[in-house]
Amino acid sequence: MTSTIESAVDARTYAAYSRPLWWRVVMTREFAMIVLLGLVYLIARGGVENFDSPLTLYYLFLDITPILLIALPMTLVIITGEIDLSVASVMGLSSVLVGIFHAQLGLSIPLAAVLALVAGLVCGAFNGFLVGYVGLPSLAVTIGSLALFRGIAVGLLGTEAITDFPDRWTDLVKERFVEGPSFWSGFPLVLAVVLVLIVVFVLLLHFTPFGRGVFEIGLNDQAAAFSGVDVARTKLTLFMLTGVVSALAGIYFALRYGSARGDNAEFLELQVIAAVLLGGVSIFGGRGALHGVIAGVLLIGVLSSALRLESISSNVINIVIGVLLVLSVISSSLLGWVSGLRRGSTPSVPPSNPPDPGTSPGNTGTSSASS
Amino acid sequence: MKLHTRRIASLASVTLIAGLGLAACGDDSGSGSDSGGSGDSASITMLPKNLGNPYFDASTTGAETAAGEFGGELEEVGPETATPDSQVSFINTAAQQGVDSLIVSANDPTAICDALNEARDAGVKVVTFDSDTDTECRDIFVNQADAAGIAKAQVDLIAEQIGDKGKIAILSAAANATNQNAWIKLMEEDLAANHPNIELVDTVYGDDDDQKSFDQTSALLSRNPDLAGIVSPTTVGIAAAARYLSSSEYKGKVALTGLGTPDQMRAYIKDGTVTEFALWNPTDLGYLSAYVANALASEEITGEEGDTFEAGDLGEYTVGADGEVLLGEPFVFNAENIDDFSF
Repeated sequence: MTSTIESAVDARTYAAYSRPLWWRVVMTREFAMIVLLGLVYLIARGGVENFDSPLTLYYLFLDITPILLIALPMTLVIITGEIDLSVASVMGLSSVLVGIFHAQLGLSIPLAAVLALVAGLVCGAFNGFLVGYVGLPSLAVTIGSLALFRGIAVGLLGTEAITDFPDRWTDLVKERFVEGPSFWSGFPLVLAVVLVLIVVFVLLLHFTPFGRGVFEIGLNDQAAAFSGVDVARTKLTLFMLTGVVSALAGIYFALRYGSARGDNAEFLELQVIAAVLLGGVSIFGGRGALHGVIAGVLLIGVLSSALRLESISSNVINIVIGVLLVLSVISSSLLGWVSGLRRGSTPSVPPSNPPDPGTSPGNTGTSSASS
Repeated sequence: MKLHTRRIASLASVTLIAGLGLAACGDDSGSGSDSGGSGDSASITMLPKNLGNPYFDASTTGAETAAGEFGGELEEVGPETATPDSQVSFINTAAQQGVDSLIVSANDPTAICDALNEARDAGVKVVTFDSDTDTECRDIFVNQADAAGIAKAQVDLIAEQIGDKGKIAILSAAANATNQNAWIKLMEEDLAANHPNIELVDTVYGDDDDQKSFDQTSALLSRNPDLAGIVSPTTVGIAAAARYLSSSEYKGKVALTGLGTPDQMRAYIKDGTVTEFALWNPTDLGYLSAYVANALASEEITGEEGDTFEAGDLGEYTVGADGEVLLGEPFVFNAENIDDFSF
């Protein structure tokens, strides 16, 4: 009995490809997150008053847009095993810069936005250079630049706020695809920008040699270097991408709230990283997929929207998201440990059988990091 | 065997993670939906600048008392930090819930404007209190005090405490503080017109910095040893001046009054450094705001100038220009009532 299954499996060389396609798509952390998102959404629709109104969906999308935007490049950064904690500070800085360029220097909004994007690119290059070429740990570098960029943002404006933005632009970021009370009025126009970036990042990560390099660096950067991946340049590129996308999110933030302040978007980096990890990306690098991350962001959005509608205070919302995050991290480690126990308790498996790194699709990252 | 393990692990991961989410939101669905726009009694959401602020705790207490009297449902929500963007999501939520009215103390006069107007489009009546927005973003602003009332209250207090004659000085905030300068100008006019025996000899600026205000008080008294009283129309200034006076030879000889908060001034009231000081009463402010919200929700008033309504124990109020309702004279704190307040 055992031997027949073994031989069937051994017919395929790669353990990860020993299943039919549908199985490999469905039985993953990412798909579990999508199922969970669907469940929470249905429960909220059924149980939470006013959750089914188009207004709820509209505000939900407006709220999660900055998190969704930054989560895309952040996923790539975390897959390489690095992290960027400075994203919210770059957002704050770019929103302040848009305000200053527009209100104090009299530039038009598009020009001010382009300059803010350039500033974001420079911020990202600063991080990326220190991490990629100097070889410093990204945790330390970006904690430093978190304080640095936030400090510049607050220093430029002090405690005042610039609220003098033209209505044409503040209305544009809140524009809907369809006006009126229909279901489709719940979709703001800004989703088009998000969708374009999602397509770009999915192609980049999952369908290009650059994306393969990102995964290889996360699994083993020395092996990646020997197999021809330019590790330093890849990291620099990724940090520049997070910088420029964070700046874009900052511009959106300033226009949506009509307010450029030094403390804009403070602590948003935690929500971004929480969403990425919830989406099944391994904090140790080497594993993750964008559809899981997008589900993770939407899950955080749906949960906080539903809890707010139930008049649950923001502290409790943070607790719920925090607990969810900790449990999701524990669950993959726990499953790895449980399946390890099971393997250990079955000595009938011949020792010549190589240890299978993909026992559960969810624990590949942790097991590779611990080995 | 391997197939078996992997399938179990994968299934377990799916069910476990799904279970987490269900557990996470399971306990809140039981807490029931006590909010919502339907029903006879007015549903009111109170959104202060931030939660955990004693000043706003006091105003919410007042609003809850009022809601109990007229039979409305009042609910307090708010951000942890006083930033405009964090208030926007709560305003959006009130719009989604379709509450009857929203009482808000604005963290920024223009930044939350669009969100408030979206809520008004969804049928929510918007009342601002304590800190106003631009006039086109709300129905009514409940103003805690007007400049003339604040100036007159302080002049009356100091005149009473020094027997309506002698030299006084003012310890203000920053030299270009808009509020303080407007009050000082009105105080000067009031002194000249109604208190000819009181001479304003000096105005100093402590920049709302505790140490600088303390030093300025010290310098003021060494320059003017015959000073009869000090007026400090800023909460930082009056507390610093009181701290200086309480430990100096001038304690009990130089009168001190102005605008202060009970928590900061309690010790100096108890030890006799200060007899009376003024500020508005945030509990009354919240109480009045809730009555305004109810009057708007029940369409008793629309926010037009000249509309009148009853506000429980506080009596009848009239809506003034620009949709403002004025709470009234500043409230005077002294040894008898200070223990009733905590903010």
